[in-house]
Formats: sequence, structure tokens, C-alpha cells
Amino acid sequence: MSDSATVSVEDVRRVAELANLELTAEEETHMLRDLNAILAHVSQLNELDTSAVEPMAQVSEVIGSGQQSALRPDEVRPCLDRAHVMACAPETDGIFFKVPKVIER
Amino acid sequence: MTVEIAEYKPLSIGDIRSSLASGARSATALAEACFRQIEARDAEIHAYLSINRERALEHAARIDDLAAKGEPLPVLAGVPVGIKDVLTIEGLQATAGSRILEGYRAPYTATAVGKLETAGAIVLGKLNCDEFAMGSSNENSAFGPVHNPHALDRVPGGSSGGSAAAVAAGMAVATLGTDTGGSIRQPASFCGVVGILPTYGRVSRYGLIAFASSLDRIGPFTANVRDAATVLGVIAGHDPMDATSSPLPVPDYTADIDKGVAGLRLGVPSEYFAEGLDSEVRAAIERSIDQLRAAGALIKPISLPHTRYAIPTYYIIATAEASANLARFDGVRYGFRAKDADTLSAMYRRSRNFGFGPEVKRRIMLGTYALSAGYYDAYYKKAQQVRRLLTEDFLKAFTEVDAILTPTAPTPAFKLGEKVDDPVSMYLADIYTVTASLAGICGLSVPCGKSGAGLPIGLQILGKHFDEAMVLRVAQAVETLQS
Repeated sequence: MSDSATVSVEDVRRVAELANLELTAEEETHMLRDLNAILAHVSQLNELDTSAVEPMAQVSEVIGSGQQSALRPDEVRPCLDRAHVMACAPETDGIFFKVPKVIER
Repeated sequence: MTVEIAEYKPLSIGDIRSSLASGARSATALAEACFRQIEARDAEIHAYLSINRERALEHAARIDDLAAKGEPLPVLAGVPVGIKDVLTIEGLQATAGSRILEGYRAPYTATAVGKLETAGAIVLGKLNCDEFAMGSSNENSAFGPVHNPHALDRVPGGSSGGSAAAVAAGMAVATLGTDTGGSIRQPASFCGVVGILPTYGRVSRYGLIAFASSLDRIGPFTANVRDAATVLGVIAGHDPMDATSSPLPVPDYTADIDKGVAGLRLGVPSEYFAEGLDSEVRAAIERSIDQLRAAGALIKPISLPHTRYAIPTYYIIATAEASANLARFDGVRYGFRAKDADTLSAMYRRSRNFGFGPEVKRRIMLGTYALSAGYYDAYYKKAQQVRRLLTEDFLKAFTEVDAILTPTAPTPAFKLGEKVDDPVSMYLADIYTVTASLAGICGLSVPCGKSGAGLPIGLQILGKHFDEAMVLRVAQAVETLQS
């Protein structure tokens, strides 16, 4: 992260594609402004030398509150009823989720 | 309608239980009184997104049956509660404040809500919040903002604004909210109620619509400290459905609550009293600290040197995790689907672009950027490293003090619209709360005074991992010293 790192409109488009978002031209402009403002604030982190610091992904790494043994036995157990789950779906035949065609040409 | 407030608002959970047992009140009458209060106040406050009247009255009738038969009443018998709309209840809506989940009805119940209902609480409805709990003002709700009951032109705080406002306006005796970077404590401060951030892992998150999984927590809002302790005791504990929930036993959080602060070592970190702190907030916090000193606490100046790096660290970690969590909203299994797309990828993009609001998109974009090839080490890994430094600041401080005192927020409630166009300024509203979120420690906000304009001010009390009892004990002293 260099202090001068700035996001370009091409970056915004590339990231939007990665995030499965389709931004309007106006949204792109706002996003460009906001991401640059936020990343400028984030660049403060460069003041810290963290070369000898292990990344911390989870609180349990630090406090060790028994989460290490949280694995449950690998047993077959009932899951949510299919009818209840399918009732939430935008389009379904009752067994599968239906989606528009997957293979594009 | 103010008569109705007087009828039940001063009631504590203990009062409710004993009055039900003696027959002085019924759970049904109590729920009805809350619904009347909601009718009277909520058109202008907008704390509730949905009301479940029939279901609530059915549950209240069951409590009244128990009481009539003279059977033992569970700990929250008849207590009217509201639930932030990011927690699921089977068969009821769970919008997360987003258009993408409008109309969605959950197929199962969140563990924390299930525990409340098993303990006899009556769920009145689901509460407004910032979309996917992303926000510090409640202005990011797709269904319109919540207004602060103390000043309708001001925000209630966020993201659990509805949960805080409902308690402040007597529209529930207790509510559940969630806190990822301050979303329980900051609205509690703005609305003049008690809000607890339990230790990471203390309360199961099964049934919580995830925002940032290494940070998200569920906690209660109440009008007083003892009630908060009671509700926390009900919802805390291990849950096989949440692998991050802790197996540590749950103590009785009310057992030591009245022990006072004599002899306790309370740390005051200089970094939380620097530039940017409103003078009236500072005065109220300092007055509280003086009262605690007079009550026998040993007030110790401490330093948490990495505090100023907490906001940038938080906004990288939280958004990175959010970008992954929110990938599940794709129009396939639940929620909104764009109708006009003829390919799968167009359907994903259009469903998400219509379904998500501006702040959610901003955070997904920031998080996706921080995780993308070439930037991961510079942003995400860097933030995780600083997270460890911030956590070590606290672990070191807690070898010298029993709890830490800070302002909850740098200012009282700000005006609606004041910060909506400036994301960085909005993010800075969380400056005193994100540190505890990153470190996984527990804390709460307790009212400690009001500004000249009558706006509530909250004192934040932070404690060691799983030391909620200590934080509650100090908070109880603060509350008692106020009155």
C-alpha cells in the first residue's frame, strides 16, 4: 500500500465485476471518489512497521477459549426441510432452484 | 397516551415477573400496552419494520395461563421484546434492512431469539436497522431511517438504531441488537439506554444474517443495567449450531452486580480523550469518573497506543469479510431476483445492483478491492497485523486494571442527513467502539448524563474477555451514582 495509491475508474469496473455488481455511470463516479477517500484514510496504517507481527484472523487465536475443540462428531443429522427452504426461493420446481441459462455464447 | 407509558415503562424485568406472579398484571395487558405505545409513537420514530401482534398475544396468553395455574414463571415471563431484523424467527420476515431480502420469511429461528422465547419473553416485532447492519446512523435502512426519540430531527445511532429507540420510547422493555464495530454501544449512547457488547463467542450467532464474521456479536438493550445483565444471562452460552460460540459456563451476571467499585482499578486511556471529543461529552464522562473515584475506585491513567489505527483497520477487515458474506445474495436461493436477465451472470449482477443500497455496495467494493490480487498483503494482511497490535494493547492494559472507562461516542446524536455524503466522517462516529470489536473483548454503554440540549451521553465500560460480570458491576455503580 503506497501512500499515493489511487483507484482509477478501470479499477472500479474491474472490482465491480469481481463483486458481481453492475454500477451505473453515476455510481462509478461516486465509488471512485469514496474509495479514494477511504483508502487515503487507510494509508495511515503504513506508519506502523508490522514486519514482525503475525496476522490475527480470529479472536480465539488470542484468548484460546476452547474453540480449538469445537469440531463436532461427523454424524448424519437432519437438516432444514426442503419444502421450507424452497418456499424462500424466487423460482423453483419444488426440488431444484431454477436459474436463467448458465452457458452463454 | 402518556398514561400508557406510565402504566409500564418504569417496569423492570423483575417487577414484571413479580407482578405477573401476584396477578397484579397480565402478560397480555403488558403486550397490549406496548402495542398501544407503538401505535402512539412509532409513526414518527419508525423503530419497527414489522409487528407480529397475533403471535405475541398467543405467547402472552400462554404466560398468563402459567401464572393463573400458579406454576413457576420463567425468568423473562411476559417481558415484551423487539428483535433487530438481522436475526431470524421461523416464519417471520427478516429483511436485514435491505430490499434484497424484502418479503423473505426465515425457515428457522436464531438461537438467541429462541432462548428469549423459551425464557418467556414476548416478541412484539422486528426492528429497523442499517442495511446489513452497515452504518452508524440508521440512515442506510432501505425502509427509511429511525428517528431519535429524544430529538426527532436526530439519528438514533446505528446500526441497531431501532433496537435502541424502541427501548428509549417504551415500545419494548428489552431488545436484541448486533454490534460489529459499535452498532449496539453507539445507539445505546445516542438514545440513553444500556447496550451490551458481549465477548466474542459468548452469544451464539446461529440465525444472524452475517456481516463480518470475525466481529459480529449479538447483545441486549434495556432501560437499566440489571435488566441487561438478566437478558445477557438468558442469551449467553454454547450452541452446537455455532462453532465460534464458547463452551465456557455462563455465570449469574446479577450475582455481584451490587458490589460497588471500592478497590476496583479502572483505567482511563488518554487516546480516547484527544481531539474530536465533544466538550459536553467530555464533561459528562469526567463527572462520572469523579463519582466512581469518590465511590472508592482507583482511577488509573493508561495508554492504548494503537487506538488511532483502529478505524482504518476495522474498515478493511469488516468490508473484506462482508464482501465474502454478501456473495450469497445472488437471487438464486432467497431474496430478490431481477426479472429481466436472460443469463445467469446478468441475473446475479442486476439482482445485486438493485437489491443493495449505496453503503452496502461501497463496502462490498472496498472489501473486494482489499482482497483482490496484488492488494491482499498491503491491505487485508496489514489490517490483520494491526488488529493483533490493537488487541495486545488491551491485553496489556488488563494486567493493570479491572475495567476501562471511555466515552462511547465522540458526540451526542447528530442530525439526520449531517454525515450521509461523507463516508469517512460517518466511519469516525465509531472511533471509540471499533477497538473492542477488533480485540473481541466485552463492553457496554451506560447513560451518564445529558447535553445542554437534552441529548443523552453514554459512558463506555470495557472489560476482559468473558468478564461481563465486572463490566456490569461498574455500570451498576455508574447508574446508581447518577440517581
